[in-house]
Formats: sequence, structure tokens, C-alpha cells
Amino acid sequence: MKRILISCGAVSLLLLAGCGKSDQAESVKPKEEPTKTAAGAPAAVDDANAGSVTGKVSFSGEKPVMKNISMDATPACAKAHTTPQKSQEVVVNDNGTLRNTFVWVKAGLADKPYTPPTDAVKLEQKGCIYEPHVVAVMTGQDLEIINDDPTNHNIHPQPKDNREWNESQPPKGDSKKKSFARQEIMIPVKCNVHPWMRAYISVVSHPFFAVTGDDGSFTLKGLPPGTYTIEAVHEKFGSKEMSITVGPKESKTADFDFKG
Amino acid sequence: MHNLWLHRYTLVVAICTLLLVVAGGLVTSNDAGLSVPDWPLSYGKLMPPMEGGVRFEHGHRMVATTVGVLTIILAIWLWRAETRRWMKRLGLVALAAVIVQGVLGGMTVIFMLPKPVSISHACLAQLFFSTTVSIALFTSSGWQGRRLMVEDSGSPSLHALALAVPMFVLTQLALGAAARHKALGVLPHVAGAAVVTGMILWIVIRVLVRHSDVAPLRRSALSLLTIAISQVFLGVAAYMSRIATIDAPQPMGVMIGFTVAHVAAGALTMAASVVMAAQVFRYVRRPLAHMPAGVAVAS
Repeated sequence: MKRILISCGAVSLLLLAGCGKSDQAESVKPKEEPTKTAAGAPAAVDDANAGSVTGKVSFSGEKPVMKNISMDATPACAKAHTTPQKSQEVVVNDNGTLRNTFVWVKAGLADKPYTPPTDAVKLEQKGCIYEPHVVAVMTGQDLEIINDDPTNHNIHPQPKDNREWNESQPPKGDSKKKSFARQEIMIPVKCNVHPWMRAYISVVSHPFFAVTGDDGSFTLKGLPPGTYTIEAVHEKFGSKEMSITVGPKESKTADFDFKG
Repeated sequence: MHNLWLHRYTLVVAICTLLLVVAGGLVTSNDAGLSVPDWPLSYGKLMPPMEGGVRFEHGHRMVATTVGVLTIILAIWLWRAETRRWMKRLGLVALAAVIVQGVLGGMTVIFMLPKPVSISHACLAQLFFSTTVSIALFTSSGWQGRRLMVEDSGSPSLHALALAVPMFVLTQLALGAAARHKALGVLPHVAGAAVVTGMILWIVIRVLVRHSDVAPLRRSALSLLTIAISQVFLGVAAYMSRIATIDAPQPMGVMIGFTVAHVAAGALTMAASVVMAAQVFRYVRRPLAHMPAGVAVAS
């Protein structure tokens, strides 16, 4: 019996050693790196020749009905609303356009560094909902995270190329300023205290991006003349691309349509 | 010598450990694993506000602390009261396992759920529960009394089969944990379920057909069968409920209920397979060469 038990123990230990075996590299986080600056002096927008791309992101098909969020687990969250809140995964505006779509110049720009604005972009936790739902910053630009709620939140972005972090923020506590070193589109952000809270952060190495609002439109201003790939990205419907050539002082239109 | 109070205490430890497995399942199912970003304190406190996901994560830590203390007492009690040296050592193994498990739990928080650590944490939970159940079995009066041994022949031997089943169950639990922590898809776990169910049916049928007159073997086999069948249905229910609520903005009660029950039944399946193996090694002997088959008495 003694021999048998020792054998069982040894085999169990071996199994244990094996059962957690997977890609160790997953736990190694990428180090923060400064924005790429190898291409020389920072790029400046040439206002005299700059063009622009405007457009709208429309939605076709049956308008999805978003489910109600249950905030009962945290009374402070439930009390912040008089009506049930719905998931913001798909928000179709009254004019048939799609809100919270990230639009950016994916390719075509010269490989030059752009200086990020000194102003921080705000991401608020209000009524246990992230506002805005989709936010965009430049690499190195501050993202100011604010907790307006009388409850604890944890902010947990889950990037693939940037450093992952998870920090708590006390009720109505000091805001946090964070920045991201690498370009990465639609980084999911979660609050694990309130599992319905989700937002997306896009980090871009240049200033030519926008997020659609309640009219579904967007404008990319100050583009140097050239041919660009414009991409629209939605958290549920994926991405669509379009190639467009912008001449000096020219304004082009780029409309996207996502089907439900 | 049988120690009734020690045995009762081991049952308490085993039940608390099952509750700990349930508490751990609630954390993952509620997506609350990182709702408390710090460890070992929670929001810098011993008792943070218990709301939202914090209820599950900090609740899990509280049950884990309780089980840790219970295991320390168990190891000391076994060391002082047990005359069997291997039982003293088994108590230390349980203590080492609960310490490692606590460290793994802390690492999942600090390193933000690295898959290998999370899966190891899930696997060790199952092994630790089986260890506490085994200790309860080994301290029972039935285990320490006289026994009638029966003979079993055939290939593979019942002993080999009895050892293989817990190995297959543990592998299946690891596949389940890998699916839960998104290291693998669900298909390997589904395929594993078919294999493990087949293995369990194999040993159960063999024991019931050949040795149903040995009560501990019969009881162990029927327990293993009942738990395994329940587990298959719970697995189907957990998967279907997950699919049905995939568009929900947050984890839904029906999915959480079935998934946690599936996790707990997985722990029970593992423990039942370990008990089955222990009973086979206790009551069944291999046929001896040049000896007529029959029944032997041992103590």
C-alpha cells in the first residue's frame, strides 16, 4: 500500500506539473517603449495644403435590441439611474447611423512621428457605465480616468501590444492619468467589480482618427495629400476598409455601412 | 486505532474544501477574478466593501483562509494522533498543497490571470479536494477495520484501471480549466468527456459485475457512476446556458449556476475516482500464481 500511495502521489505531481503547461510567453508583458521617432523630425500638419475626409457610418438591417443591465449587485450603481440601462455594444442612432465606431487612417501616411496633444482625453465612470464607450488617444497622450461614482471600480485594460494593468479607484477618488506607448486599436477595458462595464481604447500614432457620436458622422482633418486606407472598426461588427485619395485642400467623403 | 473525532474533523475539512471549490467557481463564472486588484489584502484592507465582483473574489479569499487554517490543524492533528507514518505524511502533503494553492491564487491576481497559473490553480484545487476526501476515507472506521479481500484477474488489471481513471479525470479537469480560462477551445474538453465517461463506465461495470458483494467497492462504484452521469448532464447544461446567454451584457444566473455546479461535480468526480482506486487497492488482490482463487482475510 505504501508503495502504491507513493506512486499515486508522484503521478499526481507529474500531472499537476503538466496541467498548467501552456505558452509561458503569455505572462511576459511587453515593455513600455517610446513612440517611434526614427523617421526624423516630428510631422507638422501643412494647413495650406491639408485635405480632409468626412463621412458617416450607417447601419442597415434589423436594429438590434440591447439587453437591460442588472445593477442590483451594487446598490450605488442601481441608484444612479431611474430607468434600466442597456448594453452599449450596439447603439443605432435615430438617423440610422452607428455610434461608437472608431474611424482612422490605417495606412498611407508618411512614416513620421506626430507629437501628441498635451490635453488629456477623459474616460469617466459615471453611474457604473464608462463614458464615452469608445475613446481614442494618441500614443503618449494622457488618458484621464475619473470615478464619479460612490463605489469602488477597478480599471483593467486588456491590450495585446501595450502593457496590461489593473488598478482600483476608490469612490470619487483622484483621477488617474495613463498613457499607452504603442499603437493598438480597440483595447478592451473592463471593470471586474461590475462585469457589465466595458469600454474600448484605441491608441494611434498619428492624429487622424475619430469616433462616431450621436449623428454617426466623422471628420479626419489636416490630412496631407495622398492615398490612404481608411478603416472603420466596431466592437461587434468588426472592421471595414476603404481606399481614398485626397488632393491638396480637397475634402473627400467616405461612408461606411455595417449590416446587422 | 480509529479516532472518531479526527474522522469527523476530516469530513468537515473536506466539506469546507468543496465549498472553497464552489467559491472559486463563482469567481471565474462571475468574471470577478480581478475585481480586487491587490493581494493578499483587498483594496488595502482585510474587509473591503462587499459589493459587485468583490463579494465573490474576497469571499473566495475568506473561505480559502478558513480552509488553510483548518488544514494546518488537520496536519498537526494527524501528526500527533496518527500511528500510521504515511498518514502523518499525507497531512503534510495536504498542508503543502494548500500553501501552494494560496500562492497560486495570489499569483493569478498579481499577474492578472496568466493562463498557466490560473489552470494550475484550478487543477490543484481538485487535487487538494481529493486529498481531503482521501484523508477522511483513511481515517474512517471502515478503512481501519478488518477486510475481506477478493481476487480479480484479467487484462488490464483492475488495479491498473483504478489508477488510470483518476489520471483521465484529472486530465479532463485540466482541459475544462483550459477551456474556462480560454487557453483552449471547448472541443478537447468535450472529447475528453466522452473518453472519461467511457473509462468510468468500464471500471464501474467491471466492479459491479465481479465484486458487487463487497459493499465498499459496490458503494464506491455506484457513487462514481451517479456523480459522473450527473456531471455529463451538468456539462451539457453549462455549455447550453453559456451559448443561450452569450449576448447578455453580464454573466447571467442560469449560466453561473450550471457552470459552478459543473465545476463542483468535477471535483466530486475526481474524488470519487480516487476513492474507487483506494477501495480497489484495499479490497482486491491480484491472482497469485499457483494458488487457487478465493477470498483472503487481512487486517
